[in-house]
Amino acid sequence: MAVINADLRVTANELIAEETWALRFQSPELAAQLRPGQFLNILTSDQIDPLLRRPYSISNVIGDECEIMYSLVGKGTHALARKRPGDTLGVLGPLGNTFGYEKPFGTAIIVAGGIGVAPFPFLTRELQQREIPLITFLGARNAARVVARGLANLHVATDDGSEGYHGTVIAALDAYLAMHSIAAPMIFACGPNPMLKAAQQFARERGIACELSLESEMACGIGICQGCPVERHQGERKYALVCTEGPCFDSNDILLHEHHHA
Amino acid sequence: MNTTYTLGTMHLKNRVLVASGTFGYGNEAAPFTDLSRLGGIVTKSVSWLPRQGNAPTRIAETSSGMLNSIGLANVGIDAFISDKLPFLRELDTSIIVNIAASSIDEYVEVMERLEVESGIQGYEINVSCPNVKEGGLNFGTRCDMTESITRELRKRTKRTLIIKLTPNVTHIGDFARACEAEGADAVSLINTLVGMAVNIHTRRPVLSTITGGLSGPAIKPVALAKVFEVYKAVSIPIIGIGGITTWQDAIEFLLVGASAIQVGTASFRDPDAGVKIAAGMEAYCQAQGVEDIQELVGGLQIAAGVAAPGFVKAR
Repeated sequence: MAVINADLRVTANELIAEETWALRFQSPELAAQLRPGQFLNILTSDQIDPLLRRPYSISNVIGDECEIMYSLVGKGTHALARKRPGDTLGVLGPLGNTFGYEKPFGTAIIVAGGIGVAPFPFLTRELQQREIPLITFLGARNAARVVARGLANLHVATDDGSEGYHGTVIAALDAYLAMHSIAAPMIFACGPNPMLKAAQQFARERGIACELSLESEMACGIGICQGCPVERHQGERKYALVCTEGPCFDSNDILLHEHHHA
Repeated sequence: MNTTYTLGTMHLKNRVLVASGTFGYGNEAAPFTDLSRLGGIVTKSVSWLPRQGNAPTRIAETSSGMLNSIGLANVGIDAFISDKLPFLRELDTSIIVNIAASSIDEYVEVMERLEVESGIQGYEINVSCPNVKEGGLNFGTRCDMTESITRELRKRTKRTLIIKLTPNVTHIGDFARACEAEGADAVSLINTLVGMAVNIHTRRPVLSTITGGLSGPAIKPVALAKVFEVYKAVSIPIIGIGGITTWQDAIEFLLVGASAIQVGTASFRDPDAGVKIAAGMEAYCQAQGVEDIQELVGGLQIAAGVAAPGFVKAR
């Protein structure tokens, strides 16, 4: 098995929530290799504008098909939304590391914000296959943007209170833990930077193990362009690369700054 | 059909090199392409000490292009020789080490370390990085400094010496002439154009260093004009760089005077881009009945009496 760089056939591309899409493509090679937490670097168009690939978390693997989720943000995601079944998609992957689901812990606490939900259906399936208990906290702008597919034991928080807890996803988690005790928890978080920073602080204060899946501007995805640094907490090297050393990091190992915004 | 080319003391199997900073040290792209089908690899810039690089955000996509402000992040000369060169040395392609420095002494020291190592066919001297505070563009925008660096390095090597020029000057031809006068084997151009991007939501510059270097198809017309300008100014070979994404782009650069080309940002889109471009150039030559690709170099047809404006020599 090896990393592949190929044009693959799109099999589905559908709206699953407000401005949020799920796209599937066929690749037995990728389906066999991909693991939760990894990403793909995708050419959203065969034109030169948008020029660069875009990194997308793998959302799930279904048979020999792979699924990504995206929300409409810029030129790349708008180009993706125009893909139809039968079209081809330039895919480079699998890239990056996996979530630490093989580490010793009792219960997984999944914390997702917005399109940061993308990697969690695949992680949920993996945890369930391993019979590891999990609880999921999903934050969204409003009820229309909640993407519950593939998740389990779900607690929703919305910014406007239109569904579930009215407030941030971290506040929802805090409120839950005030009422329930979880043995040997480990947090897996992905979402906008303020949410990741809050998750990092929350985990540190309570001594809970925590992994963050980071998003970054990225050109190559394979460690060449040096365009996706994240500052390391300590060590000789000041920066790690999100593409080859991440995207999943122990939250104690990295420093998050203001620029890491979604 | 002959695609080979001798540049200084270096033999190239074809006219396609991959540009510094867009291909790492070769090993990263190896799973995605056949490195032996490239004319050569120009390494990521190597400096005396390791450099951590600039704070994020380091890259921003722009219309048909990208801005970068990496800040010459690299492993330094010791780790280059111990960790990167052994892989490069074994490859069946020419290896050109790109050197970056913040003083003439540092350029000399890095080259002297490399001179005793085997497996290196040439050097490309980065006098034109726009993204570091000291050195870099400060050298490349001063003709006297470009001249001194070329002179000092030429004294110390018989390997192919290429000076990489910045377009961020008024008369790039003057800089090329300075390199030629001091014995450079070739000049490569263009390095990135200084550019910036603004986030209207935060009202901040996108890049941490405010400005960065623009590359990609957006700069190709500028690069073609600069290569043409330098072709009129010097007789040493020119390596054309700037937004080359397809084999057709590469042929355009040969026609305006480039003897070889470098593929840069396109390798980020497709690590196999260089090999595809080399194959496309060869197929074009065969289809056109070109027996030696050298026939295309400077082959631009211009009607009698027509002169491009702006190329009147400043002196």
